[in-house]
Amino acid sequence: MTYLKPLFRHPKLPKNKLGYTLKEYEGTISTLCAGCGHDSISATIVQACFELSIEPHLVAKISGIGCSSKTPAYFLGNSHGFNSVHGRMPSVATGANLANKNMVYFGVSGDGDTASIGMGQFVHVIRRNLNMVYVVMNNGCYGLTKGQDSATADVGSASKSGHINPFQPVDLASLAVELGATFVAQSFSGDKQQLVPLIKAAIQHKGLAFINVMSPCVTFNNNPGSTKSYDYVREHMQATGTLDFVPEREAIKAEYAAGTDTAVSLHDGTVMRLHKLAPEWNPEDRLSAVNAMQQARAKNEILTGLLYINTEFGDLHDILNTSDGAFNTLGEKALCPGEEQLQVINAGLR
Amino acid sequence: MSMTQAIPRPRARINNFVARFANVNGTGSASANFLFAKAIFRMGIPVTPKNIFPSNIQGLPTWYEVRVSEKGYLGRREGIDLLVAVNAQSMKQDIESVRKGGYLVYDSTKKLSPDLIREDIHYLGIPMMELANENFSNPRQRQLFKNIIYVGALSVLLQIEFEVLESLLKEQFAGKEKLIAPNITAIKLGMDYVREHFDYPLDFYLERRDLVRDKIMVDGNTACGLGAVYGGATVMAWYPITPSTSVAEAYEKFASQYRIDPQTGKHHYAVVQAEDELAAMGMVIGANWNGARALTATSGPGVSLMNEFIGLAYFAEVPAVLIDVQRAGPSTGMPTRTQQSDITLAAYASHGDTKHPLLFPASPEECFRMTADCFDLADRLQTPVILMTDLDLGMNDHMSEPFQWDENRKYDRGKVLNKEELEDMGRYGRYLDTEGDGIPYRTYPGTHPSKGAFTTRGTSRDEYAVYTEDSAAYKRNMDRLQTKWETAKKIVPAPSLYQESNQSEIGMLFFGTSTYSSEEAKDILEEKEIQLDAIRIKAFPFGTETEAFIRSHKLVFIIEQNRDGQLRSLIINEMQMNPKKLVSVLNYDGMPITADNIVLQISDYLKQKNAVPHDLSETLI
Ligand SMILES: Cc1ncc(C[n+]2csc(CCOP(=O)(O)OP(=O)(O)O)c2C)c(N)n1
Ligand code: SF4
Ligand SMILES: [Mg+2]
Repeated sequence: MTYLKPLFRHPKLPKNKLGYTLKEYEGTISTLCAGCGHDSISATIVQACFELSIEPHLVAKISGIGCSSKTPAYFLGNSHGFNSVHGRMPSVATGANLANKNMVYFGVSGDGDTASIGMGQFVHVIRRNLNMVYVVMNNGCYGLTKGQDSATADVGSASKSGHINPFQPVDLASLAVELGATFVAQSFSGDKQQLVPLIKAAIQHKGLAFINVMSPCVTFNNNPGSTKSYDYVREHMQATGTLDFVPEREAIKAEYAAGTDTAVSLHDGTVMRLHKLAPEWNPEDRLSAVNAMQQARAKNEILTGLLYINTEFGDLHDILNTSDGAFNTLGEKALCPGEEQLQVINAGLR
Repeated sequence: MSMTQAIPRPRARINNFVARFANVNGTGSASANFLFAKAIFRMGIPVTPKNIFPSNIQGLPTWYEVRVSEKGYLGRREGIDLLVAVNAQSMKQDIESVRKGGYLVYDSTKKLSPDLIREDIHYLGIPMMELANENFSNPRQRQLFKNIIYVGALSVLLQIEFEVLESLLKEQFAGKEKLIAPNITAIKLGMDYVREHFDYPLDFYLERRDLVRDKIMVDGNTACGLGAVYGGATVMAWYPITPSTSVAEAYEKFASQYRIDPQTGKHHYAVVQAEDELAAMGMVIGANWNGARALTATSGPGVSLMNEFIGLAYFAEVPAVLIDVQRAGPSTGMPTRTQQSDITLAAYASHGDTKHPLLFPASPEECFRMTADCFDLADRLQTPVILMTDLDLGMNDHMSEPFQWDENRKYDRGKVLNKEELEDMGRYGRYLDTEGDGIPYRTYPGTHPSKGAFTTRGTSRDEYAVYTEDSAAYKRNMDRLQTKWETAKKIVPAPSLYQESNQSEIGMLFFGTSTYSSEEAKDILEEKEIQLDAIRIKAFPFGTETEAFIRSHKLVFIIEQNRDGQLRSLIINEMQMNPKKLVSVLNYDGMPITADNIVLQISDYLKQKNAVPHDLSETLI
């Protein structure tokens, strides 16, 4: 069974700078449950890439296993995808990124995929500051294996079967900040307004950009007792601020009231403007970000928006001082030291 | 001076003995011992040194065993002719290990306790510590030069040319010239002491030859690391484990010499020490998927962890190169001892119907060449390829043919479509078998703006890489992978045969580091008038030559270094051979197999009544 979308093009669809319409950024028709939060996230990725005029074929989408990890097939159909093994997306993304530094890397994972089986790889890809967008579609359960609790399920939250989760949750965003991630954001699959600029900023960020997106599982974890249900998240969301992602060349002068604005310059010269709602929080100060997150947690609130950013730190390629071209374009001339050199090596071994 | 002058002196043996050094690890003995072995090599005489070391950093016994063989046999040999015992901890056991009539060189600064005296060996006491203390003031130097003193003593006892030692020391300390003079002093202290106190040379000694020619002396892991640089690997992801660690280190060392962009100083390579072997393999697969050549190196425990990923690469058809430097399992087993016991694990790694090409190098030169070849094979077959080396080959210096590289060699990247080819074709089908060899066309991500993109996956898909649970499509894919396996048989390295046509009804079959002792055993058996044909396997899957060899012999001894006869099982399984005609010759004590052991097992077997079966109808092809 395959689901291919009809290639019907509306003549009046708006085009981006590359002359592409939104259609060029879509994937095949989703096979997820109707209403699944993950599909909304796919749609925001499509929107963000369209708006940024990213060449779709210069994006690679890598995922683990789970309903969430299936989504790369449902966005950016002109990009290569790699649906790998459970919990190991970060290592595959690391290898892919090392092979060609000149592409955009999307890593898509679930809360089971990242916070349980893949916790080790999550930690280490952050340490290495791999230049990628790492999206966790967080529904507090294992969707694909039919609703078991995941490690991000809140203590005391009830699953559809009525089972009460007795364990402490893993807070992925706090953990990412703690581990030194250079870009940490949190959002909600139902909040396209917030999510699209966050994804755009994440793409533009050079280094690991982690986005933890609350993404309700309508089939197994959208009941009243769940803290990852649509209703709960909607009622308990607290935004840190609004974010405008403004490429430098079209810089719009700040419309925000002085004192609540933060402008963050990214590596490629683009500027991000953040309009702060939480006054005690400064996205470039780790302590302040941690503090705001802890306070929200104490109130059972979900703090959303760009929580922390650090544009100073080099990515893995900078750390390893790799050459500028992609490794996958290097030939014998650059790679093979040759016979003459081998004779010198031989002589040294006699 | 010998306490046992009554022992008659046998006829002198030239260039044929085994010397063993019993040391404490962490005391600087390694470089002194290497100096001894390298000096013999420089005198043009075939020599094989082996490290026997504990899984420990300091304070436990280590041994260094040096076999000298005029005939060029490079395997281990039993029976120690001379033992340098400088480890009090293992002294008793060391003295017992000397063959009757052999020699013990020991530090006589302290008197030997009477219970260590054997009547049937010679004792050569040299006051090493005393000499070192009298001549050097720095305590660390005293310890180090004690080792050099015994090398000096041996150089007289065994007739190592002084000039050779001198030039080796000069090379070793180039740039640190201050160290040359005290080393020479230490050598001379040992030499003078022997000249004044003992008869020399011993009844076995060295004589310059021209048997080494252009050969080199190097360990297999260094050769693998170099092979990966020559083979075009740009990504090395690894996790530390003995005995494979030095493969990654060698790769990094050579890459940092030869892979720096002259203009920018930037690196045409990346080395990542991963968080574990799973991640290492994930990185290798990710990099290969994206068109770079990448490898990892590990040992058995790491291969166990990599299983899920190896299956993904097999099924999703992503090239990958893995170097398995085998050690003694199961589990942590004997981590610093050698075995060939990952054969089954590697051949069928991962769940479901999987199988992987394996290459079996037997020398550093083959480690170099086969590592480079692994990349071509992995790209051509779009599958993981595993180089099966072991601790003995990887961590010991071996006398080897020199490395060679064809200046005109181009990397064979296999079937990869570029932008123009994608442009000019109809619908691209990633898993379409257009040429009937089971190998479909790849294309790297980012090649074409609107053609060629698909999702690589470990789940079932059709010829166009579209997810499917259709049974027929699944089966077609599995059958195509089998066709690819048949193609692999034709392109992996062919075995070497030791005879042009069969000379015997009985054959012997071996691979990897069992080769040295098997070849020697073949000669010894021939002297005993037992004629055997021989074949050395260099790869799995087995090709027609191997099948023909086994079919055309009534009995085949399969020599390997594991308990379960793993290669034998693979032969039975893959070629439907009659198990009755395949006889295992095994060694699995963690020490490299010896020729004597092989000879004993084969001749014992042949002494049985009806050893060679007569009732096998399929013996001739
Ligand atoms: C090694 C391994 N163990 C178990 C599974 C079974 N499995 C598939 S998806 C999944 C959980 C997915 O949960 P999550 O990552 O949260 O994704 P979701 O489906 O909720 O989006 C599990 C346990 C597997 N595929 N591989
Ligand atoms: S089971 Fe849950 S997570 Fe999976 S597709 Fe359905 S709604 Fe989405
Ligand atoms: Mg989940």
